[in-house]
Amino acid sequence: MSTFKEIGTAARMAIFFWIACGLAYPLIFTGFAQVAFPDQANGSLVRNAQNQVIGSSLIGQKFTSVRYFHGRPSSIDYKAEASGASLLAPTNKVLIERVKADAAAFEAQNGTKPTIDLVTTPASGLDPHITPAGAAVQIARVSRARNLAPEQVRKLVSQYTEGRFLGIFGEPRVNVLALNLALDGIRQ
Amino acid sequence: MSEGLLQIGATLVLMVAIVPFFGAYMARVFQGQSTWLDAVFVPLEGLVFRLGGVEPERQMDWWEYARAVLVSNIAMFVPVFAVLLFQGSLPLNPNNIPGMSWDLALHTAISFLTNTNQQHYSGETGASHFAQMVCFQYLMFTSAATGLSVGIAFIRGVLGRPLGNFYVDLTRSISRVLMPVAGVFAVVLLSQGVPQSLSGIAEAGLVEPYQTTTDGKTETVTTQKLLTGPFASMESIKELGENGGGSYGINSAHPYENPNPLTNLLEILLLLAVPTSLIYTFGVMAGNTKQGWVLFGMIFLLFAGLTGTAAVSEYFGNPAVNALLGSANANFEGQEVRFGWAQSALYATATTSTMTGAVNAMHDSLTPLAGGVALFNMCLQVIWGGQGTGIAYILVFLIIAVFLTGLMVGRTPEIFGRKIEQREVALASIIFLVHPIIILIPTALAVGIPGIAANSNPLYHGLSQVLYEYASAAANNGSGFEGLGDNTPWWNLSASVVLLAGRYLPIVALLALAGGLQRKVPVPETPGTLRTDTVLFGTVTAGTIVILGALTFFPAFALGPIAEYFANLAGKTF
Amino acid sequence: MQVRNKPVRPVDAAVRSDLKRRKVDQSGLYSRAIAEAFVKLNPLTLYKNPVMFVVLVGTVITLALTVNPDLFGDLPDSTRLLNGLITAILFLTVLFGNFAEAVAEGRGKAQADALRRTRQDTSARRVLPDGRTEEVFSTQLRKGDVIQVVAGDLIAADGEVLEGVASVDESAITGESAPVIKEPGSDVASTVTGGTRILSDALLVRVSSNPGEAFIDRMIALVEGARRQKTPNEIALTVLLAVLTLIFLIVVATIPPMANFVGAPVSIAALVGLLVALIPTTIGGLLSAIGIAGMDRVAQFNVIATSGKAVEAAGDVGTLILDKTGTITLGNRLADEFIPVGGHSLGRLAQAAWAASIFDTTPEGKSVIKLATAQGAAGGYDPQGAAGIEFTAQTRMSGTDFGDGRRVRKGAVDAVKRYVQAQGGAAGSAELDGAVERVSRLGGTPLAVSDGTEIFGIIYLKDIVKPGIRERFEELRRMGIRTIMLTGDNRITASVIAGEAGVDDFIAEATPEDKIRVIRESQEQGKLVAMTGDGTNDAPALAQADVGVAMNSGTQAAKEAANMVDLDSDPTKLIDVVTIGKQLLITRGALTTFSIANDVSKYFALIPAMFAAAGIGALNIMALTSPQSAILSALIFNALIIPALIPLALRGVEFRPLSADRLLTRNILIYGLGGLVVPFVGIKLIDIVVTAVGLA
Repeated sequence: MSTFKEIGTAARMAIFFWIACGLAYPLIFTGFAQVAFPDQANGSLVRNAQNQVIGSSLIGQKFTSVRYFHGRPSSIDYKAEASGASLLAPTNKVLIERVKADAAAFEAQNGTKPTIDLVTTPASGLDPHITPAGAAVQIARVSRARNLAPEQVRKLVSQYTEGRFLGIFGEPRVNVLALNLALDGIRQ
Repeated sequence: MSEGLLQIGATLVLMVAIVPFFGAYMARVFQGQSTWLDAVFVPLEGLVFRLGGVEPERQMDWWEYARAVLVSNIAMFVPVFAVLLFQGSLPLNPNNIPGMSWDLALHTAISFLTNTNQQHYSGETGASHFAQMVCFQYLMFTSAATGLSVGIAFIRGVLGRPLGNFYVDLTRSISRVLMPVAGVFAVVLLSQGVPQSLSGIAEAGLVEPYQTTTDGKTETVTTQKLLTGPFASMESIKELGENGGGSYGINSAHPYENPNPLTNLLEILLLLAVPTSLIYTFGVMAGNTKQGWVLFGMIFLLFAGLTGTAAVSEYFGNPAVNALLGSANANFEGQEVRFGWAQSALYATATTSTMTGAVNAMHDSLTPLAGGVALFNMCLQVIWGGQGTGIAYILVFLIIAVFLTGLMVGRTPEIFGRKIEQREVALASIIFLVHPIIILIPTALAVGIPGIAANSNPLYHGLSQVLYEYASAAANNGSGFEGLGDNTPWWNLSASVVLLAGRYLPIVALLALAGGLQRKVPVPETPGTLRTDTVLFGTVTAGTIVILGALTFFPAFALGPIAEYFANLAGKTF
Repeated sequence: MQVRNKPVRPVDAAVRSDLKRRKVDQSGLYSRAIAEAFVKLNPLTLYKNPVMFVVLVGTVITLALTVNPDLFGDLPDSTRLLNGLITAILFLTVLFGNFAEAVAEGRGKAQADALRRTRQDTSARRVLPDGRTEEVFSTQLRKGDVIQVVAGDLIAADGEVLEGVASVDESAITGESAPVIKEPGSDVASTVTGGTRILSDALLVRVSSNPGEAFIDRMIALVEGARRQKTPNEIALTVLLAVLTLIFLIVVATIPPMANFVGAPVSIAALVGLLVALIPTTIGGLLSAIGIAGMDRVAQFNVIATSGKAVEAAGDVGTLILDKTGTITLGNRLADEFIPVGGHSLGRLAQAAWAASIFDTTPEGKSVIKLATAQGAAGGYDPQGAAGIEFTAQTRMSGTDFGDGRRVRKGAVDAVKRYVQAQGGAAGSAELDGAVERVSRLGGTPLAVSDGTEIFGIIYLKDIVKPGIRERFEELRRMGIRTIMLTGDNRITASVIAGEAGVDDFIAEATPEDKIRVIRESQEQGKLVAMTGDGTNDAPALAQADVGVAMNSGTQAAKEAANMVDLDSDPTKLIDVVTIGKQLLITRGALTTFSIANDVSKYFALIPAMFAAAGIGALNIMALTSPQSAILSALIFNALIIPALIPLALRGVEFRPLSADRLLTRNILIYGLGGLVVPFVGIKLIDIVVTAVGLA
């Protein structure tokens, strides 16, 4: 095989796969997705009664007021245009100081020690979930702020607690946005 | 702890269950036997070969095969590099992402070309939809197929058969293995919430606006910018092809890439599928499935042991944090609630053992031992290993184990009936030499030259970060301890060199080794022949892998993860 | 097929161990080896051993650091005392490696000296073309010269006997004290070797080699290892050891920046120590000694290998081609049974057989006498005035003419038949043919016995398979080696012997061409073939075989073609040579495995000590007293293990004929696991001593 022919073959095969794998495959698949799964394909958006987009069921939002359940601290403040994490090692002083400060703030606000998920940042900075325990330690504060019976809030929390997949995979979790929207939906 | 270990165990059971089916299927594909996709693809392939000028029946010798790999990879590099440079002015760029700097574009193109997908840019802010498609998804298929082809050619040579035709192998890798499987699983991922769109950012009005202070200026944030793209089609090939390059900077930890435990399970199984099954494929092609299972079993035990170590380490968490909270917790920093410590530890070992490099938790924030396991996996690069290259490296370790210990049965060593002589040892040595050279020397330079290592973490973990960067590049893994501030000419260029050396030097050496073995006169098997398909020899090979791997990297590990482990135990912070 | 008249030793194990070892003078061996160890420090020769060369370079560096401990800046633990001690230990490490090689070479040299003593400058009587003779020095002899040697002379050169019959003492070369008859024309007995002594009569010899090229010169060069080349496997192993050395060089060289980065700097001397501890010095120091010792062990069996490659190849042999006669069976057939025919009684036949053999001094004849005597049939003929009739190739029978006119004969059945017929007797019978056939079927040779005009019966001459040979073939089979027997006998006879001896295959009615064909066929299947031979017509096959062992009693051509020469001319030694080849490879593998496995414990001794500042003291699982004692202990162990293993390297790891799996299991347990455990114990013990003498 001559060098020229070798290069020619290589180039033609590269171009063929460029079209097949780089263009045809994702474009055809996008077409299929927009038809078959338009909701998921466009980001599982959550809309309010006015059909305005108020978030995504998969992406966490920042909540600060005592009336809402708070998600986990985020090193990017839940700014979804650029995901990011703390990148702090377990032996990093900054991590320990941050946890200390967050734990103290939480304790001041809730009168109890936080669970670990509430003082550690997630990988994505967009974690939509907290642990059921992390929700439980906030029930007293939220019900007080909303003048609800703690039992009522507790029921709501367990209603919005997702279990493991097939009872085996993953961890039990509470979607903070969904829970807070449900809270807002309760007639007072 | 039991719930965590249960889900790890259940995942491993599923992983093993896939192996004989997928492995046998790949053996059929690469031995040219009929498969059920023939009806669609045989005419299509014929057309492609005609247009491409490929003579499918023509067997290549090792050097032809290697040339085809190199030349075609260069041909694939060119358009990708160009698109990355000029993506700002190219179509399908709704978020107006500018072109990359030349060094970043170079590193990125090489990184995807070498099946590494080390990312010094952040997916959602650094690449247009067009680049995600015609650069990344394209190379995710072709780089995986290149690795797969080389692995298969190596197996053929070791077994004394002609190496095959690179373009036929490349095409069949994509048409029979990667595209069908990736396509099916893309649908599943899509159905679970992984986006697939070409539109720009969707602005969501926040339920509760909040105030934030940056640089002394306080502003009120009222919206969240939700960014989607053609990502479901990318996600499945990212895992199946052991690519690992995330559509989003934060990879499979991002809820859009990996929305729930089901997608997490599928992603883990996908990224393990090819390298685990290829060991079985080798057994089928060798006509000795026992040999396949022995190799599989040996790697499986190493993998299970390392995964267990990482998981237990994660379970016991960070003593410093636990002391603050006054409770016993698993490590949680840099991890997602839906996955927890068990799935994070499992994903971390699976992705680093397979040279995938996708992450669902921040490896930088793993406990020292779990991070050390991830690093160790990439230093060994045979505990499953890369797409195609994994089985090849396993066989090279087998060759070295046979060479070292085979003498002890009183014959000059032979593997699969072929004598291991100077040429084989020299070529295997190249493969072994390349790895420590391109990991340790750049690491020493980066930490030795002042001002290069601008890490997010000091001291032991800082060293680990640098070591991890180069180990990841050398092993063509692509995961990162991140936190290096690595989009600078030094990191882009030094990592590019490591990526290229880590990919193509071993590939050429592997093919030369296979070509040489193939030409040898086979030695018939007798009772005096050392059998390699026994549990005993599996153990010997595992010992060789661990001892040689550990010996090479132990000092660096002692100063990095091990020193950090003891510091962490003692509650020290830096 | 040649029939050797020389008695051949049986090969059962008890006798084997009794094999006469060549006696060599070993006095002064070690003192010479110590001196040689220093000579070998020359970097120009040492660089061929990359592992030891690195140690030597390291020694120079630590020596410089002893002179100026702050040469590379102010690093912790860089004291003059420690650096000096490290220098001394490293220097010893190199010396020990050199010493191992020197000892192995020294043994070869001692052997060469013994041979050289036979090659004194002798004078020779050169025969000039006109028939006169002149006295010349042996060094003046050239190929083609003709010399005359008479009783008492040392034969001055290798050559071929042209005239005369004489007995020659070849003990200088073979160690065999019995003199050997030399005469022209015969394939085997017509060559003489320079340095041997003629005991009786005189010979005319045509010189076949120039000075310095004689067989004995080549043997001296070989056992001295002067032209020793590395064997293929040794080269491959050297490549791997060099790569491991290079890897560890990189590992160690990259430590300082990393250690500085984490604030745990290490001294350069400690790094050099770590490097030396990690690179495979044990196998690096012993590798060439193992190779030399392998050839030496072969030489101790009185076999001279022309290259180490041949010894290595012997370990790989897959097919062994053996001549039946002399190797598998005793050289001679022995009478086993008398089969009377024509109504004669057994006793009568035995008497006739005895009578036909009383002048027969061949082993066959003696065995007939012995069998007849055992059956109480000796006698019945009056030996008074009897005359022996010798066997000739024409008559193919022998016998006795008695004083009373009775003529008794025994010999090839058809020859005796014809003889009896010529005397007016009957031309045999169906019964006779039946007996003949029966003997043939049993693999024996039938001899007819006649007295006068009557054939009395048949003597069943049986091939006697050597005692113990079947067990040895069984061992070979377990080792995966196929044995093929070659014989000039017909198929039936050959198959019986083959079955009895337990060979895997046989070639009957074999010609020299068959040998080459069988060798080629085996080689095409990827097997290595070993064979023995002695005749000129064996030379092509010897050259074709991977391991060709020529008998020293054989022709010059055979010896030239072979890659080993057996001085005892004992073909069964091929089996021992195979064993030695395997032993060589096993020893090499075992010490390599041991050497690499050692590194694990050395790491556990050195790394916690060197990086104590990084807080990894918990890894000091051996609880070594101090970083200094840890470094010293590991290095002392590393140095001492070399001389400790010299005896093993020279003796070789014991080989047992087991299957590959069982051999591997056994050796992995001893040398792999042992290699992991032994240094833990050794380093700890040395640490205790180091601490006790106050160096901790």
